[in-house]
Amino acid sequence: MPGKPNNARTIKVNMMARVEGEGALHVTVCDQEVQDVQLRIFEPPRFFEAFLQGRHFSEVPDIVARICGICPVAYQMSAVHALEPIFGIQIPQSIQLLRRLLYCAEWIESHVLHIYMLHAPDFLGYESGIEMAKDYPDIVKRGLRLKKVGNQLLTLLGGRSVHPVSVKVGGFSRVPSKRELETLIDDLLWARDAAVETIRWTTGFEFSDPEQDYTFVALRSATEYPMNDGLVASNRGLEIPAVDFEQYFQEKQVTYSNALHCLLNGQSYLAGPLARLHLNYEQLSPLVKDVLSTTGLSLPFKRVSQGIVARSLEVLHAIDEALDIIQQYEAPNDAAVSVTPRAGISMAVTEAPRGLLYHRYQVNEDGTIQAVKIVPPTSQNQRQIEEDLRAFLPHVLDRPDEEVALGCEKIVRSYDPCISCATHFLTLHIHKLPA
Amino acid sequence: MREAPIEDQQEQESVLGPKRPRLAVFKFTSCDGCQLNVLNMEDELLALGEAIDIAYFPEASSRMTPGPYDIVLIEGSITTPEDAPRIAEIRNQAKLLITIGACATAGGIQALRNWGNVEAFKQAVYPKPEFIQSLSTSTPISEHVQVDYELWGCPIDRHQLLNVLTNLLAGIEPRIPTHSVCLECKRQGHVCILVAKGLPCLGPVTRTGCGAICPQMGRECYGCFGPAENASQSPGVPPNTSSLAQQFHQQFQIIPQDIVRRFRGINGYVRPFREESDAWETK
Ligand code: SF4
Repeated sequence: MPGKPNNARTIKVNMMARVEGEGALHVTVCDQEVQDVQLRIFEPPRFFEAFLQGRHFSEVPDIVARICGICPVAYQMSAVHALEPIFGIQIPQSIQLLRRLLYCAEWIESHVLHIYMLHAPDFLGYESGIEMAKDYPDIVKRGLRLKKVGNQLLTLLGGRSVHPVSVKVGGFSRVPSKRELETLIDDLLWARDAAVETIRWTTGFEFSDPEQDYTFVALRSATEYPMNDGLVASNRGLEIPAVDFEQYFQEKQVTYSNALHCLLNGQSYLAGPLARLHLNYEQLSPLVKDVLSTTGLSLPFKRVSQGIVARSLEVLHAIDEALDIIQQYEAPNDAAVSVTPRAGISMAVTEAPRGLLYHRYQVNEDGTIQAVKIVPPTSQNQRQIEEDLRAFLPHVLDRPDEEVALGCEKIVRSYDPCISCATHFLTLHIHKLPA
Repeated sequence: MREAPIEDQQEQESVLGPKRPRLAVFKFTSCDGCQLNVLNMEDELLALGEAIDIAYFPEASSRMTPGPYDIVLIEGSITTPEDAPRIAEIRNQAKLLITIGACATAGGIQALRNWGNVEAFKQAVYPKPEFIQSLSTSTPISEHVQVDYELWGCPIDRHQLLNVLTNLLAGIEPRIPTHSVCLECKRQGHVCILVAKGLPCLGPVTRTGCGAICPQMGRECYGCFGPAENASQSPGVPPNTSSLAQQFHQQFQIIPQDIVRRFRGINGYVRPFREESDAWETK
């Protein structure tokens, strides 16, 4: 091992808490200069892209859901939106609406989990949401009930909240009646008020991480706050369809991590709620804009810790929109469009709670999968996380290691990284089921 | 299922001892969905946090206190060289060890690698494969250490977990049902997916616990709670997968390749399903 200079200092967080999946953080400092920042992802790879080869296209939604227990709907949505154009099918509007409703439910559940149980404890100085409940019982209970509303909606549409079972290529295995959906209206109305309270609560936190001039990348749509539709856009003028994604975004391997870093023309960028918010402010529901305007905060948000505010705004948007969808919904006659497989290749991007989720599929004539590529949000944010830490560290290097480590961990947590997602993607062309 | 290791406690005391039990949650290779189902106990979580000392649960808390622990929940399967010594060490710290979910109990969906060539995967992808620590197999926890209770499901059913925990707290031996999804499906009055819809439903050979959600959602069961135990015979006897597979093939004209895929899924590595898929691979 090469010797370390005497004045070198290594700050480590060996097991990051309150993130999904397992990762560590290593920072090397020499002469008060940051030498190296490594977000180490030791979550082992699961080789999804390999298993998918040789499977039937109809199995894809059930398989890709297992990439992430926190955002299975996102994986199912990117998958069906990527596969359907290959088979040349048109999805009726009522099914599209239900898919949006399903996505709203996942955004609510996933964001509220992060806001209340994983992130807020950092602002208020607790080890966990459960600890925080001892001093703020009503607030934590409000969060849990709000999360539950998201999960109830997921369960109604998909049978259960983690790995719902009803999504299929062409539509759903079953669609609810309007009356079934209406049973959730009272809960959603309560949730709408609770979401407004959540915004007032999170906008009152203190945000002290350094300001950054981020490149934001998200879907942008002219007609809606983006979930399943739109072009991949940035605040620096990028605007491309999903089919061009791989021309602009490349994955790079780093030796200290099991996850690949995805870069936009070699540069880091930020994906997720902050990016969506900045690129789609106009599409927010009027209620969300109103509430934001009374908080004293306004866009742009230049601190990644303000992601908690972006998530709170999106929760309100999702609830408002869910109510809207339920009101307009008329159950379709058929839960799904029938599908005849044919060969082809296609790709899609949808907005997972944590940001852009890209899928590409190549399918054989008999409907078996030939090749798959998946780029999840966390591998896109990894480089940006490291750069944020480089910007943050010089401000705190005079403090004890423990304090520096905690500050770094908080920045990482602001991203709501999903480390389980980030490691499961390797482009492989080997494993095949017998023909 | 093995018996709880600590049997001869003084009367009226739970196996966990008189103090507030200490709970730890460890993760191996998994998607985090089963741990999320712990956090999804929205109505019970705070009460649980009072009844139990959550001593180690990194996904939920920065407080990570060392063992020993009274109850250890394990999510995820064994897939790296470090995993085997790590689970042995955790077992040493655990009074009761419970696996949660298909990954920990059966190897999970990542056990599909067990039919592939992981060395080749790694070398094809990474310039420096030595940095990627991955075994060629994904195996359940019970292949490495003694497990006291196994919860099936991808994900687990949170009520089932809650039931086990409350039983343990009350000093009652938890019972985890082993019969097939069919019984639950009938109880709920769904139209039979297999008989009426002619879809290749795995319900007859799959363990109950999910609440028969697939039939309820109008689709065939895909076996995410693992194999049922054959109810008509003695407990522990595997389900009759071969007769079901024959029915898929003869009545529904399902080709062998599809039968292989059906059984080689989320619980593909668990013996009854593994043997069935292997048998059809050569047909
Ligand atoms: S059993 Fe399923 S839900 Fe649970 S961790 Fe494994 S993949 Fe996720």
